[in-house]
Amino acid sequence: MTDVMKKHSMPTRDPAERARDFLPVETGYDEETAVAEAKRCLNCRHKPCVGGCPVQIDIPAFVKKIVERDFEGAYEIIARTSSLPAVCGRVCPQETQCEAKCVRGIKGEPVAIGRLERYVADRHLALNEKPTKSDSNGHKVAVIGSGPASLTCAGALAKKGYEVTVFEALHTPGGVMVYGIPEFRLPKAIVRQEIDNLSSLGVEIKTNTVIGKTLTVDEILADFEAVFIGSGAGLPKFMNIPGENLNGVFSANEFLTRINLMKAYLDEYDTPVRRGKKVAVVGGGNVAMDAARCALRLGAEEVYIVYRRSEEELPARKEEVEHAKEEGIIFRLLTNPVEILGDENYFVKGIRCNKMTLGEPDASGRRRPVTIPDSDFVIDVDTVIMSIGTSPNPLIKNSTPGLEVQKWGGIIVDEAGLTSKDGVYAGGDAVSGAATVILAMGAGKRAAEAIDERIRNGNGK
Amino acid sequence: MFKILKREELNPTVTRLEIEAPLVAAKALPGQFVILRVDEKGERIPLTVADYDREKGTVTIIFQIVGGTTEKLNHKKEGEFLEDFVGPLGRPSELDGLKKVAVVGGGVGCAIAYPVAKKLAENGTEVHSVVGFRNKELVILEKEFSSCSAKYVIMTDDGSYGEKGLVTDALEKLIKSGENYDEVIAIGPLVMMKFVSRLTEKYGIKTVVSMNPVMVDGTGMCGGCRITVGGETKFACVDGPEFDGHKVDFDEAIKSSAKFRSDEIGHREKVCNLFRQEVK
Repeated sequence: MTDVMKKHSMPTRDPAERARDFLPVETGYDEETAVAEAKRCLNCRHKPCVGGCPVQIDIPAFVKKIVERDFEGAYEIIARTSSLPAVCGRVCPQETQCEAKCVRGIKGEPVAIGRLERYVADRHLALNEKPTKSDSNGHKVAVIGSGPASLTCAGALAKKGYEVTVFEALHTPGGVMVYGIPEFRLPKAIVRQEIDNLSSLGVEIKTNTVIGKTLTVDEILADFEAVFIGSGAGLPKFMNIPGENLNGVFSANEFLTRINLMKAYLDEYDTPVRRGKKVAVVGGGNVAMDAARCALRLGAEEVYIVYRRSEEELPARKEEVEHAKEEGIIFRLLTNPVEILGDENYFVKGIRCNKMTLGEPDASGRRRPVTIPDSDFVIDVDTVIMSIGTSPNPLIKNSTPGLEVQKWGGIIVDEAGLTSKDGVYAGGDAVSGAATVILAMGAGKRAAEAIDERIRNGNGK
Repeated sequence: MFKILKREELNPTVTRLEIEAPLVAAKALPGQFVILRVDEKGERIPLTVADYDREKGTVTIIFQIVGGTTEKLNHKKEGEFLEDFVGPLGRPSELDGLKKVAVVGGGVGCAIAYPVAKKLAENGTEVHSVVGFRNKELVILEKEFSSCSAKYVIMTDDGSYGEKGLVTDALEKLIKSGENYDEVIAIGPLVMMKFVSRLTEKYGIKTVVSMNPVMVDGTGMCGGCRITVGGETKFACVDGPEFDGHKVDFDEAIKSSAKFRSDEIGHREKVCNLFRQEVK
């Protein structure tokens, strides 16, 4: 008999098998499991879960539809407020959002809201229904970037009848969902389908267009009534330690882009990628887990996560950490790199690290890592991947007079997403710094509402 | 998709393509580059803008066959299409206010040096061009260079054309003969740029070099094009591609250029075999 206090577990492929390919790790609920899980929902009157959702999906309502086996009805409820449910069902940190507020979670495990969202969304996508284009209201809006913030903003405006053009710098739209998150966590066919749906809504997507280079925001403003900047946080950070420019040191961005966007793991693609035998990934976030697990799938024998704090502080989702561990990723926690060592040909041969201990809490509220004196040691590796965060790309700021940004590069906006420049809105990682898909979607949605209000009030052109 | 309007082989390993890309042509300036993909399974490679025509909406690129991707690119015919073509990327050359400049080009680097020389001449700068090739067969853009240069010196390694010797020999001779250059612009193999920079440092002449490391996006996202300039890490794609030659760590750049070499050789062999099979 199943334990009503526990979530129905997510069917997951055997770690030994999945660690050698890029196919999905989690295979998803079947109908009976989804219905049984949905029945665990207590249908609380005050709906605390909804308050935990950055886009306020009416969670108890869609879960009830699953119980009734009205799966399209469930999808419609989610789609009212979320534009990328198949994506969010997979990559949202539900454990700190909706599921953290679930009353079931007080005494046992919360309802598996994310897994249910994914089930409903996948079932809908399988129908391959194309949304129909709304009648044009004759107003034109431009969207810069094609990640979650931009796609949400574009979709919301297109549904209201706006003529939306999306400008993307790379050759494939999707932003971090395409270049960053690996296939085994988020199949690219799903992203493609979401983007095709936007095209069906009438959104025009122009790839190979770098705003700040090919076109400027001011040039776009001459043709459009409003602009939304959702250009993300694409600039990789490095540690500035000796040896960081050795051959075999990559940013997680470069490593993941070669693999995910450029499909370097498939023979028929031309992009080269380093297939290290012993790989150290520096950092402890979701991106670090993705990079480590990709390195493993490219055939590495040993892959290390090198992180300067302890397991408790790992910023990655618990689920991702668990999956990484099951697959054999080795965690070197309380370990901080100080130098990358090279051989006579300028290739990486090791990474020198200090052991750390945790001191008093710092500004982030987490306990500050402190170096243990004379504790340095070397991990023998041939590849180092730096995954210590990203910041917004300055190309747009540098080419847009009047656009104010924070010292660290984030675009400054008000609550509605309006920047210091009239008619220019922004949201997602370009504003917040690297965060989550769902927060970016929330920002894209709010900006779409503000843009709609502005133009309806006659403040367009 | 971006149409190839014109294709011309400049020598057995160097080809010029004129590409229809109006948005890029509208903005391109000397010193900037584009990133292209030949087909949907291709890699992204950076190539410097060799010329542009704003009215026709075209951008010219000149490339040498060095790996699988350039091999594929070389098999493209007039009227065919490139999958992707994005730019202009990087910072343009700073060419204003210069009275006399020596432009030094090495091999296919001449393709990048030429638009710079041409723009300087248009600005009224006196241009002395010193270009070097391995042998006579590889000489490119002779007519173009001589038409915009007050002095034009060709050097070949084997003496089969022009003078025998290195570009540094010719440049030093010009400097010693009393030519006062505001600036030397050197574009070519890393080793050439290193020794030109070393020479001009001796004479205290400001020197600009153009760096072309491996990169993915060309917008600052991958960080694959890291080089060390004046002890600091720079991204060639957004901070360059042109840098102060006296500050660039060429020895590191030369070692870094081996990063994907084994892949490149393997890839070219694979592509060549495919084309051979097609011919059969």
